[in-house]
Amino acid sequence: MLELSGITQIFGGVTALDAVSFSIAKGDITGVIGPNGAGKTTLFNIISGIYKQTAGTVLLEGKNVSGFSPERLARHAMVRTFQNIELFGGMTVQENVMVGMHTKSSSGLLACALRMPWSSAEERRIREGAVKWLEFTGILDLAEHAAGSLPFGKGRLLEIARALAALPRLILMDEPAAGLNSQETVALAQLIKRIRDLGITVVLVEHDMELVMDICDRIVVLNLGRKLAEGTPREIQECPEVIAAYLGDDD
Amino acid sequence: MAKPIRSGSDLMKRNLLLFAGFSLLVMLAPQFFRGGYLMNVLVFVGINTMLAIALNLLLGYAGQISLGHAGFFGLGAYLSGIMTTTFSMNPWEAMPVAALVVGCLAYLIGFPVLKLKGHYLAMATLGLGIIFFIIFNETYEWTGGPSGLSGIPNLQLGSIVFDTDVKNYYLIWGVTLAVMLFSMNLAQSRVGRALRAVHDSEIAAQVLGVNARHLKVQIFALSAIICSLAGSLYAHTMTFISPTTFGFNFSIELLTMVVIGGLGSIYGSFLGAALLTLLPEFLRGANDYDIIVYGGLLVIMVMYMPGGLVRGIPALFRKIVKREAESGNA
Repeated sequence: MLELSGITQIFGGVTALDAVSFSIAKGDITGVIGPNGAGKTTLFNIISGIYKQTAGTVLLEGKNVSGFSPERLARHAMVRTFQNIELFGGMTVQENVMVGMHTKSSSGLLACALRMPWSSAEERRIREGAVKWLEFTGILDLAEHAAGSLPFGKGRLLEIARALAALPRLILMDEPAAGLNSQETVALAQLIKRIRDLGITVVLVEHDMELVMDICDRIVVLNLGRKLAEGTPREIQECPEVIAAYLGDDD
Repeated sequence: MAKPIRSGSDLMKRNLLLFAGFSLLVMLAPQFFRGGYLMNVLVFVGINTMLAIALNLLLGYAGQISLGHAGFFGLGAYLSGIMTTTFSMNPWEAMPVAALVVGCLAYLIGFPVLKLKGHYLAMATLGLGIIFFIIFNETYEWTGGPSGLSGIPNLQLGSIVFDTDVKNYYLIWGVTLAVMLFSMNLAQSRVGRALRAVHDSEIAAQVLGVNARHLKVQIFALSAIICSLAGSLYAHTMTFISPTTFGFNFSIELLTMVVIGGLGSIYGSFLGAALLTLLPEFLRGANDYDIIVYGGLLVIMVMYMPGGLVRGIPALFRKIVKREAESGNA
C-alpha cells in the first residue's frame, strides 16, 4: 500500500529523519511510535505532502508520489487528520463532512452558481453522503451545530468523519487519542477497527501505548530520526532496543 | 433528544422564499418613492450592493482581502465607456467584453498576488488599485484624464432607453438581484463550502483535495468580473465618468460596507451598501458635522455589532422583545 525508502529530512543543520524505510500492508492498522523528537510528525508531514523530503521516495499503491501536493494526494485516495484538530470552525458539522466529499464531486463554479440540474443532484448526493459518515462516527445528532463549538472529543470524531467522506484507501491519523479521556479513547479504538473493517488502511502516530498495542497489526518504532524496530505489538514489547530507548540505557 | 436534521431542500425552500420576498420589496419600492431624488440614490444602492457582494465573496467567504476593488470597478466603467464612445460599440456588447477582459486580467494578476497573505495581500491589492487609478488619470487620449469621459450612451432595450432614474432603477436592480441569487447559490454549493474551508483552515482544506490556490484565483477573477459589470452599468447610467469615483477612498468604502453589513452574508452586503449610501444623504441636515456623525456611527456599530448589521439587528430585536416580555411579566 505504502512504501517508504530512504526518507531523509534535514532542517538547516539538523537531521530530523535519517534514511527511514518501511512498508505498510494493505488493510493493516500500523502504528508509528517513538519518544518525543523521534521524527514521527515530520514523517507524517512528508507522507501527506506538507513537507518535501530532502531525499528518499514514497510509493503509494506502487506509484511514486514523492513531492505531490496534499490536494493531489487526496485525489489518490490518501487523507490525514491532525494532532490539533483542524476543523472548519465557521461551518456546521454536516458542512464540514460535506467538504470531505470535495474530490468525489466535480461541479464547477458556474454550474454551482447557476444551480444546474446536475449540480443540484450532486448537492443532494453530497448531503446524503455526509449523513452516512456522521452516522458511522456517531455524531449525527450534532449535524447542525457549529463545528467551532464542539468539545474536543467530538471534534476529533468530526475530523475522522470528514476524512472518511473523501473515501480514502489510506488514512493517516496524527495522535488521534491526544486530548481524549479514557472512555473516549476506548470508543476511538473501536472506531479505528471499524474503519479497518471497511478495507481502509490506517497509519497512526500515537503516544498512548495501551491503544497502540491493542489495535495495531504492526508497529514501527522511530528514535532520533532512525527506524529502531518494526514488528507485531508482541515483538516490539519484547525488543530490547525499544525498551532501552523508552526507559533509557543503564550504562 | 436528538435534534431533527433539516433536509437540504427545506433549507433551499426557505432561502428561495426569503429571496422572493426581498425581490418583491425591491420591485415595489419605486411605488413608495414616486420618482424623486431618492430614486437616484437607490440606483447607487444597487450598484454598491453588487460591488459589496463582489468583495464579500473574496473577503467574507474566501478570507482574502482586497483594497483595490475600486480599480476593477473603474476598469469596467472605462472599458465600456471607451468602447461605446471612441469605437461606437453597442453597450450590450461592450459590457460582456469589458467583463471578460477584466476577468482575464484579474485571473493573471491573481496567481502571483494571492500567494501573499494578510497585510501583504492588503498592500499588494492597494498598489494594484493605485496603478489603475493612475492609468485612468494619465492615459487622457483614451480616458479624458482628470476631466473625465462624457457622452457615454445609455443602454437601450427595443424602444426603451434607460435614461430616467426609475428605468435605471429597474435595470440596475434587475442585475443586482441576479448577482445576489448567483452569489447565494454559489455560497451554498460545493465551491462555496470549499471557499469557506480555505478561510477556516487552508491546510485541512488542501488535505481534503481542495486546490486552495486555484480556487482563490478563480474567486478573485469572479469578484473582478462582478465589479466590472457594476462599472459598465454605472458608466451607462451616469453617461459621464471621471477617475475620482474609482480611487483608493472608494475601495475603503467598499470594505466598510462589507464589514458593517456582515462578512460572509449576501444580505449583509446589501444592508452595508444601503446604509453607507443612504446615510450621507440623511446627514445632509447636519451640515459640516455630517462627517463626524458618520464616523461616530461607524465606530459604534463596529463596537456593538461585530457580526455586522445582518447579525446585529436580529440580536438587538431579540433583546428588545425579551425585555418587553420581562417588563410585561413584572
